[in-house]
Amino acid sequence: MSLDTISLSGRKKEVSNKKMNFWESIYLVAILKGLMITIKHLFKRKVTIKYPEQIREFSPVYRGQHMLKRDEKGRENCTACGMCAVACPAEAITMTAAERKPGEEHLYREEKYASVYEINMLRCIFCGLCEEACPKDAIYLTESKVIVKSASHREDFIYGKDKLVMPLEMAIKNSKSLN
Amino acid sequence: MDSALIIEKGIFIVVIFAITMLMAMYSTLAERKIAAWLQDRIGPNRAGKGGILQPLADGLKLFAKEEFMPDTPNKFLFILGPAISMTMALLTSAVLPWGDKLEIAGHTVILQATDIDVAMLYVFAVLSVGVYGIMIGGWASNNKYSLMAALRASSQLISYEVAMGLSIVALIMMSGTMSLREIAAQQEGMNWNVFYQPLGFIIFLVCSFAETNRTPFDLAECEAELIGGHHTEYSSMKMGFYLFGEYAAMFISSAILAILYFGAYNYPGMSWVAENWGANMANILGIVVLFIKICFFIFFYMWVRWTIPRFRYDQLMNLGWKMLIPLAIANIVLTGVIIIIADKYL
Ligand code: SF4
Ligand code: SF4
Repeated sequence: MSLDTISLSGRKKEVSNKKMNFWESIYLVAILKGLMITIKHLFKRKVTIKYPEQIREFSPVYRGQHMLKRDEKGRENCTACGMCAVACPAEAITMTAAERKPGEEHLYREEKYASVYEINMLRCIFCGLCEEACPKDAIYLTESKVIVKSASHREDFIYGKDKLVMPLEMAIKNSKSLN
Repeated sequence: MDSALIIEKGIFIVVIFAITMLMAMYSTLAERKIAAWLQDRIGPNRAGKGGILQPLADGLKLFAKEEFMPDTPNKFLFILGPAISMTMALLTSAVLPWGDKLEIAGHTVILQATDIDVAMLYVFAVLSVGVYGIMIGGWASNNKYSLMAALRASSQLISYEVAMGLSIVALIMMSGTMSLREIAAQQEGMNWNVFYQPLGFIIFLVCSFAETNRTPFDLAECEAELIGGHHTEYSSMKMGFYLFGEYAAMFISSAILAILYFGAYNYPGMSWVAENWGANMANILGIVVLFIKICFFIFFYMWVRWTIPRFRYDQLMNLGWKMLIPLAIANIVLTGVIIIIADKYL
């Protein structure tokens, strides 16, 4: 078997460039066939999802907006080790580390913490590798079903700690349900 | 009596104008809706209920756009282009019979702006002038793409007019008149011309697509090669006039198709309705039926547009000169032979 007759997928079709006969060259039959195909689609179910009123169902393994966790005492878990930033294939994460001062033990669990922690949501591909890399169980991609809001400035897509850290009320609720 | 006639015709013309405009407006919406439906989408649905106000929004948008004029020495021609396009699209409607007649307060109103006995020639004359809209616009734009589009459009329209005219000759041989009113009246009941002239109808239909610049013959505005074709340089309402004129032309051409081949305002059972419910009722129903036929043809135009891609230029010319014209001539010969045989033996 010569190389160009092999068909790995089994779907290869030989192209023929034969001359069209009169009826073919008047195109009517082909056009009628096409019309029949399109008219069928007129009665098909429409696939459009009317977005603001209707929201597409999320897949069960969906990865949502990031959250920086607090522990059961309400302290931030993150120790600014930078593992997440290293793991991130999109280089979306940046942070600045700071030393925990005496008297801040109720705020941060570890001796070092992230004073600035930013994720660029335009870069992020929601792969979840940051979550996998984190040794302190600090960053999670939630199932909150919150979608990154549209905005008209690029800066608005850089989410800082104000948007990422778990809200205190949520932490309080969590520790209450634990006790 | 005379002034009454003028007023009557005046009102009638304004009504036809309004209806043509309305149909053209809603054709733009229908085009987008049908495109969407054929592609399993739902189409524009935000402006008004189900998108019913979309044409208004589009019109408003066009009015609000900047009026741009390219640096061309032919400012007058540049404005003349869209004007001709629009005018010629509307002029044809003057000779079309929209219905038979109505009796209003003992006064007979003929549902036609004017009944001239060479209506068919008039229609063709106006259609041929229509190409000047594109040609002048493309020429005056001072842009090579527009000029190319103008060239293509004019050669296309001229070639297809030949076949169109020939296909009509067979029809005229059969009906023995050029008055659209009489042709419409002859197709009473189910005596529609399409049954007697199937080949002629197909040729005429194909040529209509070419004359209205619709896919698969929309080479004049082939975006892939010519940007926007003849209206590349146009903006705001001048552009709107071109687009609008095109839809008006589509409406008129659907009307011509319905009148020439699909029995105009005739429908089976018309005489029964006239006997039982009165002649007025029958004729009003006739108008409705005519509009249903027109809407079907408009739908057909769109259906074809979203089914097949446009022809290559050589295919277009081959189809026009080597297929349609010989077929049309064969159709004339065939019609002539059949008429003679029918005269002799029936
Ligand atoms: S989800 Fe992936 S892309 Fe997004 S921040 Fe985490 S590691 Fe980077
Ligand atoms: S989120 Fe986790 S991996 Fe990233 S800096 Fe904080 S502790 Fe390290």
